Formats: sequence, C-alpha cells, structure tokens
Amino acid sequence: MSGRAPHLLAALSVIALAGATFAGEIPMTERRSGYDFLSRETRAMQDDDTANPGMLAVLEGGALWARKTGAAGRACADCHGDAGASMKGVAARYPAFDATLKRPVNLEQRINRCRADRQQAPPLAYESRELLALTAYVARQSRGLPIDVAFGGRTQPFLDNGRAAFYRRQGQLNLACSQCHDDNWGRRLAGNVIPQAHPTGYPVYRLEWQGLGSLQRRLRNCLVGIRAESYEYGAPELVELELFLMWRARGMAIETPGVRP
Amino acid sequence: MRFAAGFVAACCVVGAASGGAVRAQDSIPSSLTGAKGDPVRGRAIVTNRQLGLCLLCHSGPFPEERFQGNLAPDLAGAGKRWSEGQLRLRIVDSSRITPTTIMPAYHRTDGLVRVAPAWRGKPVLNAEQIEDVVAFLTTLKD
Ligand code: HEC
Ligand code: HEC
Ligand code: HEC
Repeated sequence: MSGRAPHLLAALSVIALAGATFAGEIPMTERRSGYDFLSRETRAMQDDDTANPGMLAVLEGGALWARKTGAAGRACADCHGDAGASMKGVAARYPAFDATLKRPVNLEQRINRCRADRQQAPPLAYESRELLALTAYVARQSRGLPIDVAFGGRTQPFLDNGRAAFYRRQGQLNLACSQCHDDNWGRRLAGNVIPQAHPTGYPVYRLEWQGLGSLQRRLRNCLVGIRAESYEYGAPELVELELFLMWRARGMAIETPGVRP
Repeated sequence: MRFAAGFVAACCVVGAASGGAVRAQDSIPSSLTGAKGDPVRGRAIVTNRQLGLCLLCHSGPFPEERFQGNLAPDLAGAGKRWSEGQLRLRIVDSSRITPTTIMPAYHRTDGLVRVAPAWRGKPVLNAEQIEDVVAFLTTLKD
C-alpha cells in the first residue's frame, strides 16, 4: 500500500502523455485504493492502530462478539469461536448469495441474520454503533486479504444490475458514478480528490462524518451529491452496487478500518 | 488526465465552428427572460457551491475561493472565447454541443432519471439566474 505513491505518479504521467485513453473501466494495473489519494497525515492515521479512530469500533466489536445476548443467550463467539480464524477472509467475500433470500446480502445483513436467527435478538439498525462495530470487527479479520466475491451463476444478474447502475446517468446533475470514478479519478472536485471508488476500507472512519460509516452510507452521500433519489439502507439496489464495486476491486486488499477525508 | 483528450477534442470542434459563421445550434442568441442579466448576481451564483456548483468542476478568477475544481476549463477568458449566445447555450444545456459532457444542463428538466424529490421537475437554475450567469461570464474577457 504505502509504497505506491511513486507508481501512482508514474502512472499518471504516462496517462497524461498517452492522452488518448478511452472512457470506461479502469485497467486492472491502474487501480488504486482510496488510501493512495489520502494526505500523508491521513495515511499515517490509518496505518497506526493506536491512532486509527476506527480501531475503537473494532475493539467495541470484539467485546460484542463475546457478549451473550438475545433469547438464545448465545454470543457470536459461542458458535464461531476465535474470529481471527473463523471470520478470516469472510468480509472479502461479501456481498454473498443468500440461498434463503435468493439474493446477495452484504456483511451487515449477514451479521443481522445471525442476530435474529441464532441469537434470537432484534436486528441491529443500519449505522447503529453496534452494527458498525460488529461489522468492523468481522471485516478487520480480513485486513490484507484480497477481495474475492463470487460472480457468475446465480450472482451474475445482481452484479449486472450493479454495473448498470454504476454506468447510468442519474439525478438532477445527470451524472453516472463512472463519469467521476472511472473517467476523472485523481482530479479535484472542488477541494476533494476523486478516488476510484474501491470499497476496500469499509466500514470507514470518515473525518467529515467524525465517525464510522458503512459503504451504503458512502454511496448514499454520492447519490445526494448528484441530486439523485436515494435508497433506503439495505435496499437491494445498494447491495447490487456494493457487489459490483467489490467485483470491480477484486484482488485488492481489504484495509478495514480505513480512514477517509 | 484520462478524459483530457476528449475535452480538448470537443473544445476544438466547437471552437472551429465559432471562428466562422456561428451555427444556429451552437448558440441561443436571445435572453431567456427578454431582459439582460445582472453580472454581480451572476458572479455570486457561479461561486456558490450549493447554487451554481460551477467551482466543483471549474476554476476561475475568484481569488477568494480556496477550493476550485479541475475537471473543466478555467473560466477566465470565457467571455472572450464565446459570444453571449454561445455561453447561454453552454449553460442551458452543454449536452447539445457534446452529448457525453459531464457539465450538467442547468436549464433542462426532461431526459433525467431518478431525480431526488426535492429537485424533481425543477431546473438547476431558473431563467433569471441563467441570464445573471451569462451576463457575468461575458465580463470575463481575460
Ligand atoms: C461528481 C462526482 C461523483 C459522482 C458522480 C459520484 N461520486 Fe463517489 N465520490 C466522489 C468524491 C469526490 C469522493 C471522495 C469524497 C471525499 O474525499 O470525501 C467519492 C467517494 C466515493 C467512494 C468512497 C471511496 C473510498 O475510498 O472509500 C465510493 C465507494 C463512491 N464514491 C461510489 C460512488 C458511486 C457508487 C456513485 C454513483 C452512485 C458515485 N460514487 C458517484 C465523487 C463522485
Ligand atoms: C447459535 C450459533 C450462532 C451464533 C450465536 C452466531 N452465529 Fe453466525 N453463523 C452461524 C452458522 C451456523 C453460520 C453458517 C450457516 C448459516 O448460513 O447460517 C453462521 C454464519 C455467519 C456468517 C457468515 C460466514 C460466511 O462464511 O459467510 C457471519 C459473518 C456470522 N455468522 C457472524 C456472526 C456474528 C457477528 C454473530 C454475533 C452477532 C453470530 N454470527 C452469531 C451460527 C451462529
Ligand atoms: C460537473 C462538472 C461541471 C460543472 C458543475 C459545470 N461545468 Fe462547465 N464545463 C464542464 C466541462 C467538462 C466543460 C468542457 C466542455 C464539455 O465537456 O462540455 C465545461 C465547459 C464550460 C464552458 C465552456 C468552456 C470554456 O472554454 O470556457 C463554460 C463557459 C462553462 N462550462 C461554464 C460553467 C458554469 C458557469 C457553470 C456553473 C453554472 C458550470 N460550467 C458548471 C464541467 C462542468
């Protein structure tokens, strides 16, 4: 991660010289995590577990993992044991197909399934402190592992929907996600560098939020930015976008908890 | 960077056309309100990040504005490069010049999808605001 800056600069100047690249998907070798666009200070904050504010949530998630709750009186740990072993690589595979719902579910939804079915506790609200903490704790166990969502077969139609949404112009400003994140990454939208929109660090600690937030919260922010109709948290359309973004970032390393501006 | 080639190509085609006789579709010659806009109000709209949004993408001669975008040409000199009518068309609906442009159509409500309820059926700027912006842009001679 940290050694990439010179590469990035080199890549940018090559592109500037070559000039005639066409709009469309970012070639695999030019993909950059949002981390690469951070200031030196923000990178240092993400890199140092004692300075990364997202680590507080991870610690809280670890406590929740071990706490018995719900009518079943079971803790996550009672069934899953050591998260470092049982949850390793799990976040890198989500959203994943849920055979009962017959559609992909994201990590938050998967955790809530265990809350409801296995712990017999009420599901946690989206963006609640507890759900973010548990999600951050589970995703932290995949830090450094390559994103590897399943595609093809039964997830393919959902991935295709996500892709279509990414390339569709929408909202009063009539912009597609791709027009910023594929075609204009690295440039400045007012004061903000446009990243490539890889979901490598979620849930992330966003300085602007002064707190942790999910990938869906981030997507809703971008939708509001282009004055498009938003979606409810957990909406199938948002999960499809998440799935597409994870596929688009396949092979890139999970960084949770990421820090973003 | 990636799109720079596209931008330059688009600007030169249009620029060539504007050098000679101005094509009808390259210009909206008359005011949308029938009156002249107010350049002072126009400047305020251009620099307002909630209203004009121009500085999300453009930079320009606005020394007091710290964060300016670099997705689009600098607005300095726009009033020298383009006639009033050409500027009006570019603000009303740039996609009539370059269909793939990222610049929003500021005075069009059709052909949009999934617009948030608060903005539905409303153009980004009303006719009077468009005229104010055009009046301001024509003052950007250098
Ligand atoms: C007008 C340009 C623009 C459009 C259109 C846009 N975004 Fe963004 N997006 C941004 C900017 C700028 C940021 C970074 C904001 C910051 O630095 O705080 C961002 C951040 C993101 C991130 C976070 C990346 C990270 O490193 O954590 C994701 C994911 C994302 N956008 C997805 C989308 C999706 C999906 C869409 C379409 C629904 C979309 N964006 C539309 C400009 C845009
Ligand atoms: C009573 C036992 C039990 C409890 C308690 C429980 N789970 Fe599970 N969990 C399971 C079983 C069994 C599966 C896999 C089978 C299935 O699909 O239900 C599973 C699957 C999962 C998965 C998906 C793993 C994968 O490889 O896709 C995640 C993530 C998960 N649980 C997280 C949690 C969290 C977080 C908690 C606590 C909030 C929790 N679970 C509590 C039994 C439990
Ligand atoms: C989302 C990005 C975006 C926004 C917002 C935007 N523009 Fe543009 N604008 C562009 C791009 C890109 C071009 C280059 C030509 C093209 O692609 O259409 C352009 C071209 C122009 C031009 C002609 C280029 C030249 O030579 O000067 C003018 C004038 C202009 N814009 C004015 C404005 C004004 C005024 C606003 C605000 C009311 C605005 N733009 C908002 C992206 C934007």
